[in-house]
Order: sequence, then structure tokens, then C-alpha cells
Amino acid sequence: MTWPLLRRVGIFLLSVLVASVAVFALLTVLGDPARTALGTGATDEAVAALRTRFGLDRSLVTQYLDWAGGILHGDFGVSYVSGVPIGPQIADRLAVTLWLVAGAVVVSLVVAVPCGVLAAVRRGRPEGTLVSVLSQVGVAVPAFLAGLLLVTVFAVTLGWLPANGYRVPAQDPGGFLAHMVLPWLSLGLVQGAVLTRYVRSAVLDELNQDYLRTARSTGLTTMQAVVRHGLRNAALPVLTVLGVQLVTVLVGAVVVERVFVIPGIGSWLADSVGRQDLLAVQGIVLVLVVFALAVSFLVDVAAAALDPRVRRG
Amino acid sequence: MTPRTRYRFHPLVAAAITALTVLAGCSAGSSVQEPTAGTTAGSSGSASPPAPADASLAIGFVLEPGSLDFTQADGAAIPQVLLDNVYETLVSQDQSGAIVPKLAESWTVSPDGLTYTFQLRSGVTFSDGAPFTAQDAAFSIDRVKADWKPAVKAGMDVVASAVATSDTELTVTLTEPSNSWLFRMTTRIGAMFSRTGVADLATTPIGTGPYAFGSWNRGEQIVLTRNPTYWGTPAALATATFRYFQDPAAMDNAMLTGGIQVISAVQTPESLAQFADTTRYQVIEGTTNGEVMMAMNNGRAPLSDVRVRQAISYALDRQQILDGAWSGYGSLIGGHEAPTDPWFTDLTGVYPHDVAKARALLAEAGQSDLRLTLKLPPVPYAQAAGAIVVSQLAEAGITVEASSVTFPVWLDQVFGQADYDLTIVNHVEPRDISTIFGDPAYYTRYDNAQVRDLFAAGDAGTPEEYVADYRAAMETITQDAAAAWLWSFPNLVVADASVRGLPQNAIGESFDLTTVSVG
Repeated sequence: MTWPLLRRVGIFLLSVLVASVAVFALLTVLGDPARTALGTGATDEAVAALRTRFGLDRSLVTQYLDWAGGILHGDFGVSYVSGVPIGPQIADRLAVTLWLVAGAVVVSLVVAVPCGVLAAVRRGRPEGTLVSVLSQVGVAVPAFLAGLLLVTVFAVTLGWLPANGYRVPAQDPGGFLAHMVLPWLSLGLVQGAVLTRYVRSAVLDELNQDYLRTARSTGLTTMQAVVRHGLRNAALPVLTVLGVQLVTVLVGAVVVERVFVIPGIGSWLADSVGRQDLLAVQGIVLVLVVFALAVSFLVDVAAAALDPRVRRG
Repeated sequence: MTPRTRYRFHPLVAAAITALTVLAGCSAGSSVQEPTAGTTAGSSGSASPPAPADASLAIGFVLEPGSLDFTQADGAAIPQVLLDNVYETLVSQDQSGAIVPKLAESWTVSPDGLTYTFQLRSGVTFSDGAPFTAQDAAFSIDRVKADWKPAVKAGMDVVASAVATSDTELTVTLTEPSNSWLFRMTTRIGAMFSRTGVADLATTPIGTGPYAFGSWNRGEQIVLTRNPTYWGTPAALATATFRYFQDPAAMDNAMLTGGIQVISAVQTPESLAQFADTTRYQVIEGTTNGEVMMAMNNGRAPLSDVRVRQAISYALDRQQILDGAWSGYGSLIGGHEAPTDPWFTDLTGVYPHDVAKARALLAEAGQSDLRLTLKLPPVPYAQAAGAIVVSQLAEAGITVEASSVTFPVWLDQVFGQADYDLTIVNHVEPRDISTIFGDPAYYTRYDNAQVRDLFAAGDAGTPEEYVADYRAAMETITQDAAAAWLWSFPNLVVADASVRGLPQNAIGESFDLTTVSVG
């Protein structure tokens, strides 16, 4: 266990390093942050002065080491555009987005596990077919479209829930829930539809295994056999997919935060890109990429813990 | 690494790359609002609001500020919130564009136009309790030259000194006479700061206005609260909330569900039908300082030939463009300046739609197969107008190849290097005609010494000469077809029927709440 785990940690750290270089390089070639920060009327002298002040006149290697070194200490720098430190904002915004993502994942699991099991066990019957068809439809719907539909029905037409906005959970728990229901549903239902198909195929795989045939021969119905014995084994492939899904949900969150005006990291990223706040964009993108890599790493480790066959791998 | 681990790793990396791609793709969408950012309302408080009540108002905006310090950061979003509401100026503009007293009760100008003496109001305090004196005014003016970063600070370059001759008298000496200086004093560079209140402007603004800064939840909203010690008519609203929406549909939904009571600037005029019920909503239509123009690169052949530029001006059917691109909201303009500017003249008759004349001028200029490029920034009005312009110019025998560019590319190629033939952009700065056509190095590359002399003479002359010379310059620029002006950008506001006192025209840089009340 130790050696493969160490190797996975090594791969993770290497990936983070490569990602940080890539993020830095990509965004450095995109434009001149000093000119964009000063706007259309700035003189060349003013731009040069700002470049010097922010150290943009140094070599790229020095700039990278300075930036990456700062981040290791939690210092993401100070925005060229607003003059406000980026690090604390990343923490605030990420917390909001994690609420959104966590709720959406819960919704997607609540939808996907029962629906996927039902679709597998009742395959060929009307209810199984119905779930499969519905999940196909769900897969095809983008989260923002689901969001707009939900808002139109539940906020604008029925007036049951707020159309958009955000409340801090610690200050206003009721308001927080009311404002999050529609975003959770629009992200979670779409992801749940995707996940349903994976749960279904994982359960179908298990249905063909000898141990389930044995279990059924003891008098259990197929459903009982799957719930008692099959789910744990089906969990492994589903867990892997869930890891990928977490990252997809994060991407979906960027759009959903915009539709629902949630001050998360995704809407901040869109904002920062809009005002060409390159240092903020660098920090946010790096955090998101590291999040994705960390999920991959954790899924990897969890899979190894669940299944000895993976452990050796 | 075994095949199995690799299999699990790849989709995650792929997803991360997808994330990056999607995020990069956001750049076009979110920079969309940038050039229209200045289209906000403003006025000076001349109407008297009703007695203070405890009403609150939430107003929807598009562009959120990055910080609260407009002395260090540029952009229209900060003065939109803070100017006139939190910070006040010595002089202000009324709804017709005239300059009127604010923190200065009166002022005199010496006969040579070099010395301005302001009599300031007494008994004015900042929201932190410090008194406002002529020393603060002198400090604020000096600070523009010494500490400000944004390019607008250049408006203060003409000031030689600002001296407090008593607690309520300020004397400002200019290096040369300048009418535009007094106008610039109504904008953000004229904002009055406390000598003891500038330590943390990015998060703690301190001004003399009817509202004080309340709180800011980044990504969501900024709250202003009534200043209980305001020297003038107290604000009618107990709190005013500026809520930010990147998505126009989200803003419309918030308006429909009561999340906000005002849409400060309608982004999609075709959505106005949702607010047609006059028992619930009111739609206010006025003017802004924005001129949507098709810039032509005057410095590059064949557009350096005035006949070619005139041919293009004749080839355009502006009413059709306005109807198609902006649902007919706004007004046609033939020259460069907003209808509220003192030298505004209706020049729409100079280049009537006349395809035959356009073809004749092109033939005269020896252009038989004219091909031009049109670089469009990612803003709705430019994208919509661009397609119509291409088809109209085709009728006159001009082939236009239109391409959309991201805002940074537009800034670099078009604005920075003047590497373009045609582009469409809304110029939102107030009184920007001399900036755009008075400098041969500006991206329009318009080079006319006579026009530059008119701008200089007008700025240095009497107020009457100022208007006359700028008007003459505007007419010459139009005759030269230095650009093709498409329409004056409208100020379109939607509000609950109960909201009163919203300014009709967007004159200044602020969303002025001083006259706004509910009920």
C-alpha cells in the first residue's frame, strides 16, 4: 500500500506543478495587464510605471517563481485592476461554490442511485425504460437551461422561490436554503441524469455475476439481492465516475452561478476575465485545476481502499 | 502506471481541460458589457424629494466595481455608485447639462479666465464627522495630480494651484484658461475627500453626500445608507442597494420577482415587452453620453480619402440600423456628441441615405472594387449593427468582411495600433469629441489642424466661444465624414410603478439617487 500511495502523491504533486506553469504561461501571453488595468486613455508612461510597480518588467521565470512562491504561503497577490488582495477573496468565493457543488452532488446521488438501480433491475419493463428515457433527456439538457426553466416555473410564474441571489448560511439559514434550492436542482438533476446511466450499467454488470445468482437462489428478489449485496460492488465504478462528475459540476457551477447571481468562484472568474484582471484569473483557475486534480487523487486512493485489485495497480 | 489507473486519470484531466476551455470561453461573454459601462444615469438634485421615510430600494446593474477607490482604479462602475451619492463635487450638472452649484454656493472667474474663486457651503461634514473646509477642497484637487492613477486625472493638469484663502473660500489658478476644466470638476476628479478620510478608500469611502457607504458583499451587492447628518435635503431612502447581474435574463427575472425595483440600464431592448404592464412598471427613456459610431481609419488608404468616407456615410440607412440593432430605441445623430451637450447640433441631414451618391463618390475616388474589414467588439449593439452595415455597404458596391474580436484584441489591434478599417463602438465618455478627433494619434487617426485649433480656442475662450468653437469643430468633423455616427445610445430604465424621481437622462457618471423615493 505504501509505495503505490507514495507514487500517487508524487503524480499529484507533479500534476499541480505542471498545471501551475501552464496556467501562468497561458494567461501571461493573453495580454498586457497593465494596459488593460489603466483603460483606454492611459499614456505609455503610465503603463510603464504600472508595469514596474507590479514587477511585470521582470523575466517571466522570475515572475512565475514569485507568483508560485507566494501561493505556497497563501499569498495570491494583489489585483492589478482593483488593488485588492486576491487570496482572501478566493477563500470566500470557494466556500460559496463548495456549498453549491456539495448540494448538487447530494441531489444527483439522491436521484441517480434509486433511479439507476430501478432501471437496471426492471430493465425491459415500462418503469425501467421510462427511467432510461428520462435520464437520456436529462443528459442532453445543459445546466443553465435547466436553471432558466426552473426559474421561469418556480420563481417567475409560481412565485414560490426567489429567482436569484444568495444569503450567507450562518446569518440567514432559511434564506440560504430558499435561495439554493433552484441552483441545487438545476445542477444536481442534470448531473443525476448522467450518473443514473452509470449506476444502471454498474448494477447490470453485477447482476450477471455468480454471487448475485446465488443470492437470488436463496429466495431474495432481484431488487433485494442488489440492495443487500450488489450495491457495494457497483459503487466502485460509480465512485470513479462521480470523481469526473465533481469536476463537471464545478464547470456547470460557473454558468449556474451566473444565472442565479451566486457570488461563488465561478461568477468571480467570469467577472475577472471580463475586467481583464489577469492575476485574479490566474489564481482562480489554478485553484480550480488543483481542486480537479485533488478530486482525481482522492478518487484514486478511495478506489484502492475499496478494491484490493486496484491497490496493486 | 497501469492501464487502469491511467484510464481513471485521463477523464479527470480531460474534464479539467474542458473547464479551462469553458472558462476561457467566458471571456468573450463577460467582457461584453465593458464599453457600455458608462451608460448610467445621473443628475443634480433640483427636484425636492418628499419627507424621509424608511423605504428601501434595490437597483440592478451589470458591471460590479473591482474596488471602491476611483482614485486608483478606472472604469465606470465605481463613480456609478459613489459619485453624487457618497462623494460630492463643488459644482454639478443639471438634467439639461448646465453647471450648477453643489458644495460651492457660488463662484467667480477672473476676466483672464485663469482664477476661479469658490464660496463653499459652511456646516458641511463628512460621514466620519470631520468638517468639510476649503482646506479639504484644496487637498482633494492637489491629490488628483499627485496620487491618482486613472487617465481621467489629466483633466486636472491645467491647475497651477488650489489654495484655501479661508475655511469657506477656495482659489484655483489655472495655467491657461479652460472651460472644460470646470466641466471636469462635475465628474469624478472633482469629488471632495476628507484630509483625514483617504486611508482606505478601496473599502471605506468617506464623503459628504446624502448617502454613506454601508456594506459590500463581493459578487452580489453594495449597500448605501442614508447619511443622517447630511447638509442638504435628506435622502428619501433609508437604504439603497446596488445589485449586480452579469446575465441580463437574471436581472429581468429579479425585476419580475421583486428582487430589485429598478433596472438601471436595459441591456436587451427586445425584453422590454415583459414590463409592458403600466400598473406595475414604468419604462423611462432618455439620453446618455454614448454615441454609437462606426469608426473609419482616417489614416489608412483608401479611407484616408474623404470621398470614400463620405460614400460610406451616404450608403448607410441609419434608421434601419437603429430599428434592427436596438429595436428603435435611441435617436439618430449625424455628428459626434450627446443631445444634452451645449454644442449639440442635429446633423442627421448631412448624409441622407443615398446609394446612388455613394456609388458616384466611389467612382470619383477611383474605387471600383472596394474591400474593407470590419472588426466588431463583443458587445450586443456592435454585433447587431455590424450585420446590417455589411449588407447596406454591399448595396453600394463595398465588400465588407466582418469579424468579431474579443475585447482585449479590440483594445490591442483597433484601439492600440489602429490596425483596422472599420469598427463599431459606443463612446460613452461625456464631452469626448476633442479626445477622439483632436489627437491625430488617437485610433480614429483623424488629423485636422483647423479642428484642433478650434478645440484649443474654444476651451480658452468665453463660455459662448467655447460652445461656438466646439460646434464649428463638430460640423467640420461631420463634413469630413471622420466617422459614421449611427445613433445616440438611449438611457432605458425600468422601475416599479411606485418609484419616483429617477433621472430621465444619464448626464453624469453616477446613478444619482438624491431625488429618488418610493411611494
